[in-house]
Amino acid sequence: MSVITIERKVLEKNDEIARQNRSLLERHGIFAINIVSSPGAGKTSLLERTLEELGDTLKISVIEGDVSTDIDAQRVARFNAPVVQIITNGGCHLEAKLVQDAFSKMDLKETRLLIIENVGNLVCPANYDLGEAMKVVILSTTEGDDKPLKYPAMVRNAAILIINKIDLIPYVSCDLSTLRQNALRINPDLKVFELSCTTKVGIKEWCAWLKEKGSERM
Amino acid sequence: MHELAIAQNIVEIVQESVPRAQIQSVKIVKLKIGKMAGVVTDSLEFCFSAIASGTELQAARLEIEKIPTAGRCKACASDFTIEEYAFACPTCGSINIELVSGTELEVSEIEISEEPVKAI
Repeated sequence: MSVITIERKVLEKNDEIARQNRSLLERHGIFAINIVSSPGAGKTSLLERTLEELGDTLKISVIEGDVSTDIDAQRVARFNAPVVQIITNGGCHLEAKLVQDAFSKMDLKETRLLIIENVGNLVCPANYDLGEAMKVVILSTTEGDDKPLKYPAMVRNAAILIINKIDLIPYVSCDLSTLRQNALRINPDLKVFELSCTTKVGIKEWCAWLKEKGSERM
Repeated sequence: MHELAIAQNIVEIVQESVPRAQIQSVKIVKLKIGKMAGVVTDSLEFCFSAIASGTELQAARLEIEKIPTAGRCKACASDFTIEEYAFACPTCGSINIELVSGTELEVSEIEISEEPVKAI
């Protein structure tokens, strides 16, 4: 028996393309976020509220990742933001190469803020760097306050936590401070926003932060 | 769900790392997988054998070393294993810790049999 020692990262090709994406985005002065959550937590709703609030003042482009259909891209297109739809045909996450391919269909020079909506999944997207500046994880109150403990890798890898659907707190068994504590226990550096995409409470605070981030690279 | 994609990446790494003439003799592909890597190892083994079946890698199997999640405290410098997602130092209670292992996902070694292998 002979042994070859290789010590190679399984996802090294993805990581390499992600590095290329990151440097391309930095060259263009684009702030890019990768939004991740379970299906139905409110990724597309947050995008809609964000485009509504910031679409007139910041040049925002969107990459929509979905397993199938372009329903989300249609929702986003109503806000007149350039959107590229990636359909993964069953794939449970976006990979850096898919995002790199999407760049060729976008006008990067006319983009300050790039929002990438990942496929609804809290497991697989944690492993795949796309070249974003940061991951934004959305957890909604209907999912329960123990959710961060069930998906620690994603919470650890994210820089921002958005707690959505806070308007439903009276109707669901979710304690906001427990949810927050569970998340901060895994990642004490998380910046947390609490909001509702339905009533729009908290949206202004989120957008103000995002606008500052999107503007500082101009 | 992404174990199939990961298995495909592992096959590619083996194909790139082993001389063409020896591919059929690959017996064991050793992996290091951290507990926080988000990989279901049973599923990965199943996906790998499904991809390898009927190819020149059909004799190969995965051997997975699971790496615990471990941290180092930036306040008191103690090293510890992180259980139950308690990302805090068990010695001084600080949450200012650095993750030193647990996110690994790598191919570490490939074992190749030296016996002649029958052609498929």
